[in-house]
Amino acid sequence: MSSISPSQTTVSPREIFTKPRVSDRIFRGVLNVMSFSSLAILTLIGSFLMLRGFQTFQSEGLHFITGFDWNSTVNDGVETSTFGLGSMLIGTLLISGTALVIGVPLSVLTALYLNFYAPMQIRKFMITILDLMAAFPSILYGLWGYFILMPMAEYWAKLLNKYLGWIPAFSVPQPAFTRSPFVAGLVLAIMIIPIITSVSREVFSQTPLDRIQAAYALGATKWKMIKTVVLPFGSGGVVGGAMLGLGRAMGETVAVYMVLNIAFSANLKVLYGVGGNVASMIVSRWGESTLLESKALLAAGFVLFMMTLVVNFLANFIVKRAIKSGK
Amino acid sequence: MTTYAPTKPWQPTKVDISKNVLGLLIALLVSFVVVQLTPMKGKLAYAGVLFISATAIQVGMKWISRGRMAAIDGLASSIAFTGSVIVFLPVVNILYTTISKGVKGLHWTLFTDTMEKSSYLDPIGMGGILHAIVGTMYMIIMASVISVPLSILTALYLTEIKGKAAGFIQFLVQAMSGVPSVVAGIFIYAALLLNTSFRGSGITGALPLAILMIPTVTRTAQEVLLLIPNDLREAGQALGATQWKTVITIVVPAARSGLVTAVILGVARIAGETAPLLFTIGGSDKVNWNPFNGPQSALPYYVWKGLISGTPEAVQRAWTAILVLLMIVLFFFSIARYFSRQRMK
Repeated sequence: MSSISPSQTTVSPREIFTKPRVSDRIFRGVLNVMSFSSLAILTLIGSFLMLRGFQTFQSEGLHFITGFDWNSTVNDGVETSTFGLGSMLIGTLLISGTALVIGVPLSVLTALYLNFYAPMQIRKFMITILDLMAAFPSILYGLWGYFILMPMAEYWAKLLNKYLGWIPAFSVPQPAFTRSPFVAGLVLAIMIIPIITSVSREVFSQTPLDRIQAAYALGATKWKMIKTVVLPFGSGGVVGGAMLGLGRAMGETVAVYMVLNIAFSANLKVLYGVGGNVASMIVSRWGESTLLESKALLAAGFVLFMMTLVVNFLANFIVKRAIKSGK
Repeated sequence: MTTYAPTKPWQPTKVDISKNVLGLLIALLVSFVVVQLTPMKGKLAYAGVLFISATAIQVGMKWISRGRMAAIDGLASSIAFTGSVIVFLPVVNILYTTISKGVKGLHWTLFTDTMEKSSYLDPIGMGGILHAIVGTMYMIIMASVISVPLSILTALYLTEIKGKAAGFIQFLVQAMSGVPSVVAGIFIYAALLLNTSFRGSGITGALPLAILMIPTVTRTAQEVLLLIPNDLREAGQALGATQWKTVITIVVPAARSGLVTAVILGVARIAGETAPLLFTIGGSDKVNWNPFNGPQSALPYYVWKGLISGTPEAVQRAWTAILVLLMIVLFFFSIARYFSRQRMK
């Protein structure tokens, strides 16, 4: 080591700059590009289904949404077809609606119980159970729904029909209760309960503590507190959670396929064993479809994709706003 | 001098507990008597009458001791309790049914044999699900290899860079989690298999699963990364590390167990997916070790085939296969739980 002469000790100050290093620029570049993978995938899904189903959209026009008949027959090599998705759309709304009517009250009650009534151990245990419910494969729900739930549900449906048959929705043209939208709705309700419960729980837990304590200080019972503070505050979140559940219910395939008698007729009677669901219809028609029909099925997939996308966008928007308002 | 034990007025006294137990016993008795005496029959009747009488007794006791408001409060709490019991029952029933029905089809060669030489209609002792288990493992590995880098990098973008597009990306990821599994399946079919010379194979089966896995992994990874204290990042910067060095040597190692949890949750999410496989996997009866060529099988696909066949043997095979599938899912689920517990400590 050579000795440093005094004249050399004054070192020029290190250059300070805010420009990112090369490594950082590469790092940020990669992340920027990768983060758009979700956009790319969503766009690809939309455009490929649109592209492959374009022929159907072109030949059917608006009838594809509003029509109720779905036929394709080959006579001497000439294929004649009409593709109308109307009955399936109605069926999808009917069974998802049934699922919401059953699932939302149960989810809200469970969320309230877990957040405000349950002891610590029961709460932890139930949250694990709910997470487990969300992790069950959908084909398991289908299997269980078909073999275990359906016999019971048929009995419940008969009871409903016997005592409440005067309500139009509960009447049936013929006593056929098997594989009805009611059964499908029940299975879907069980499948969407975890998601609605977890969103509701999250929103309920955001309720400002000062408002809760103010309610108690004014002498409210627990139920009065929930009714006047928690429910008005959390209602937005419950709506959002219900819509997330709706999105899930609309796209459910295998479980619904097992427990629903899929037929192309518009049926609004919940207990009657005829129904429809876009997702399950795609699976059920797929095996025997001609090229023309498989294109129509891809078009149906596009419609389903757009529907779930819109519902999910709205749901996330509502949930986000509900959670933000608590902070 | 006497010391007094601290009183805990909010805790139920022994008298309260015994009152509750007595009320429940009376309700049980009432429901038994009512079902015996009236034409109502079955479990539904028992449950309904039990709920109504138990609630009535609870509410009645509260009304007498503490008045109308307390009675309404008691009614609300017992309805909320009943709601969560109703949610709880199907889970127990599903687990019980799967295990009790699935166990009947277990035999030694199940895990060493395939369906190459036997059909679904053969007696239960013949054939096995080795090909399906191998297929499912391939699906899980390939889907993870594709989706994990994308997901973690997206999560890093959302938490570390917080760029201008972060809100938008967040929204897209959430929208992606709502993509129906069947749509992911027919998308891969429309993009890769329709009008092309490709046929369904392991990789085409794994692609839709990767699409379904991305949002789950991204969102969990993001939550985990947000929990890493900012002090750590600032410490890294203060020591002169670039952002890249900070992330790779400090943030990611600190979040390691959480990121593992995210991946495992994603795997649990896709292991049981059936609908996309029906379009993209091809369906094989023998073990296919090549993920890029030839039809592949998977456990959910095997279950589906069994259900479609519909004979008692085929359905028994389906129950057994779903038991194995459920065990796999539960295995991943418990590992994820274990890791997230570790993290909280």
